[in-house]
Amino acid sequence: MVRTDGSMKAAKFDYIQAATVDEVVDALAKGDGEAIVIAGGQTLMPMLSMRLARPETVIDINRIAELSGIEVASAANGDEVVIKACTRQAAALASDIIQTQLPLLAKAIAYVGHQQTRNRGTVGGSLSHADPASEIPLTALTMDAYVRLRSVAGTRDVAMVDYFLGPMMTARADNEILLSVHFPTAQTGVRTGTAFHEVSELRGDFAVVAAAAVIELDGAGTSTKVALGIGGADGVPKRITELEEKLRGGRIDPGGIHAALGEIADALSPGGDQHAGAAYRRRVAAVLGERALLEALAEAERA
Amino acid sequence: MRKHQIELQINGKAIAREIEPRLSLTDFLRGEQGLSGTHIGCEHGVCGACSILLDGVPIRSCLMLAVQADGHALTTVEGLTQDDGSPGLLQAAFQDAHGMQCGYCTPGMIISAQALLVDNDDPSLEQIKDAIGGNICRCTGYVQVIESIQLAASRMREAHL
Repeated sequence: MVRTDGSMKAAKFDYIQAATVDEVVDALAKGDGEAIVIAGGQTLMPMLSMRLARPETVIDINRIAELSGIEVASAANGDEVVIKACTRQAAALASDIIQTQLPLLAKAIAYVGHQQTRNRGTVGGSLSHADPASEIPLTALTMDAYVRLRSVAGTRDVAMVDYFLGPMMTARADNEILLSVHFPTAQTGVRTGTAFHEVSELRGDFAVVAAAAVIELDGAGTSTKVALGIGGADGVPKRITELEEKLRGGRIDPGGIHAALGEIADALSPGGDQHAGAAYRRRVAAVLGERALLEALAEAERA
Repeated sequence: MRKHQIELQINGKAIAREIEPRLSLTDFLRGEQGLSGTHIGCEHGVCGACSILLDGVPIRSCLMLAVQADGHALTTVEGLTQDDGSPGLLQAAFQDAHGMQCGYCTPGMIISAQALLVDNDDPSLEQIKDAIGGNICRCTGYVQVIESIQLAASRMREAHL
């Protein structure tokens, strides 16, 4: 037999296997900042093993049926696709609803992880971890999604633009659980094009830099919506709003996109690390941003 | 810090144990069950050496607590041998096509390949690369790993004829 005691990497904690969301929010309230939710564990487990996280209580939400699934619901401004927090990334990749209703997410999720991590990793976990280079948060921001959070005090919705506060920091409070993420579906009668591009060291790894774009055109070819999000080139995934505003409301010509690329670099404050320096990230963000916008435009024109 | 009782199946055998919740599934398999075929590489979900099948799908066992495996059926590389303990189809193919150098990544590679071939006995090169994309071989012996999986797939197809 191999060693046992010495192989305990994580610090001691109490473990609760929750059966309902009520049980989770009660335990989070009781935990008073020292309790943490585990979903797929793909980012929390390393933090526990390295003792970067030392919670007193770990609340397991994997067996809560109401936290799993993908469905279409009606909302105030039309239909939305609701992805429950503990839905596996593998289930999202295989989902017909996502393939047909959320083309940008379908494209982005193909870049998420490897089969072993997608089989455990969850959509809500990725949004809760909020790595600035990760694909699901970037896509949610670019698609104007929002998350639903719950604590013992009640439920609140937070738009993605207000949700990401910094690297691995979000608006979710310690006593809240992320219940679901809500993506608006495209309006009928609108021609939509989307594109997702990233540079990573190895397919399936976190992006060094990623770009996500959505363009909507009306019948006359006028752009009614332009969204460009960049990941991995700032502390949070970022929308390039000045460029979006410049391109919205007229006919977009590819030269106009090229002329506006300076807006991308100006909007970002990348850091450098062992994977890439700040100047490289800024340059790649502009290249991928242009590529994503051109591809989204071409797709919208064909639609 | 209360211990928890878990009941699960490992390679077809029913197991019941009382464990500390902080014990990782890899350490449970190796330390408590003596199943040292599941290797510990990076221990933070990057290398894939600790891959096992959880209810038939591949996962990284270092990224799961043993307590979370309660009620599940696990397959480790030891579970892929033939009934008499001799190498199974994939293990024999890795031997015959020299699909390893130091052998450290091999159990994870075999688990990923098993998950691929169970649904598809004629995978494309891209599908094989995608299946082992989460397994790192630091000897960089990927070509022969791929050839081993192709050999196993061709033997599977022959067996089905």
